[in-house]
Amino acid sequence: MSGADSPEVLNRFGPMREYRSMARSFAHLSDEAVVALVARSDQEALAELYDRFGRVAYGLALRVLRDERLAEDAVQEGFLAAWRNADRFMPERAKASTWVLTFVHRRAVDLVRREERRRAEPLSDTVEPTPSESAEEDAWLRFERERVQAALRQLPDQQREALELAYYGGFSQSELAERLGQPVGTIKSRMFTGLARLRELLSEPGHGETAWKPTPSTT
Amino acid sequence: MEANALHDLTAAYALDALDAEDTRAYEAHLARCERCRDELASLSEAATALAYATEAPQPPPELRARILQQAQRERGNVVPLRPRWLAPVAAAAAVAACVAIGLGIWAATLSNRLDQRQAELNQQERVAAILAAPGSRTIAFERGSLVVSKSGEAALVVHNLKKPPSGKTYEAWISSGGASPKPAGTFDGGDVVAFPLEGSVEPGASVLVTQERAGGVDAPTQKPILSVQS
Repeated sequence: MSGADSPEVLNRFGPMREYRSMARSFAHLSDEAVVALVARSDQEALAELYDRFGRVAYGLALRVLRDERLAEDAVQEGFLAAWRNADRFMPERAKASTWVLTFVHRRAVDLVRREERRRAEPLSDTVEPTPSESAEEDAWLRFERERVQAALRQLPDQQREALELAYYGGFSQSELAERLGQPVGTIKSRMFTGLARLRELLSEPGHGETAWKPTPSTT
Repeated sequence: MEANALHDLTAAYALDALDAEDTRAYEAHLARCERCRDELASLSEAATALAYATEAPQPPPELRARILQQAQRERGNVVPLRPRWLAPVAAAAAVAACVAIGLGIWAATLSNRLDQRQAELNQQERVAAILAAPGSRTIAFERGSLVVSKSGEAALVVHNLKKPPSGKTYEAWISSGGASPKPAGTFDGGDVVAFPLEGSVEPGASVLVTQERAGGVDAPTQKPILSVQS
């Protein structure tokens, strides 16, 4: 799903000539198995993990930080945290994608909280889509984006607002309470109800994960 | 903060919407509260779905190379190795495999002294057997995991534990109910420490680690540096 087989990506990582064959051998592995290899200090596995989630991670960090350099820092530190902590990953607790994106998100939130000047800016999603090297990945990301956005649209406005300001804005619950002029208890309950409802919506058939998944390129 | 108030922080924690102080309090609570761990697992998944709702432009190509270079700088000297005794573990639950991976690194740092090595290999075999036993439970804590088999045999895995000062050792204890803690073995620090506990860990019992004088003592004399409830 990552475009790891495309020549552009391979050439970029010049020194590791074996990468093409290595990448192929990862294709059938689950995300969780890739993390288990990362825990063995397997650098190729880290590259694979990045190829699977680096783009979503970067998009997320950019949304939170709205600054390319800071977003790169958050992604880098998030993946290195995954590298350092992979032996503590517990597949029964979290999907590998959730686990790695949590590191990146936490780092992005830390950074945005230090960047007070950005906080006053509006929170619109201003990022322009750029052409991808892999049409397949594009299609899958677009599918996921539409699926989650559709679920978000079904939430009551106040719940969606609380989730978006917290997750994309990096606001803490007490900052949100102040910004929205509500008691902290109200904010907590909007976040909880919103997240629980989002979870339900995403697991419903029609919103849920369909059998449609990109297959790795075989060329 | 009261426990009830802490339960209510799960959604905010999943969204990274707690300040530093609340985060610390919640994480300490999380180590003790299974209900919150379960709820957090499912709410985190929903929170992370929000990552997919944004546009995702391609990151600059240099970023990938930079991450890989930095990763190698941090841990370039570690060669993955697969000792033969790990083979049965590979078939065990994925979580056990993850702990065993830590063991692989640990095995690489073993001393060459043959007698010590033999003793440690025996320990590794016992640890591997506990990890691979069907129905073994893993209790994760901040710096490692406690794995308890159905029969109460237990292995403790601890990460990044400094070597004790000379003349000192780490000593593990098993504390059940109101009884005084029983000695469960001594060990030195290291990047990854994994060893079988002496004595049985009943459900609800706690495992503690203190620093004591070399050779170990009969009852703990220091405050525990870690404590985990099975």
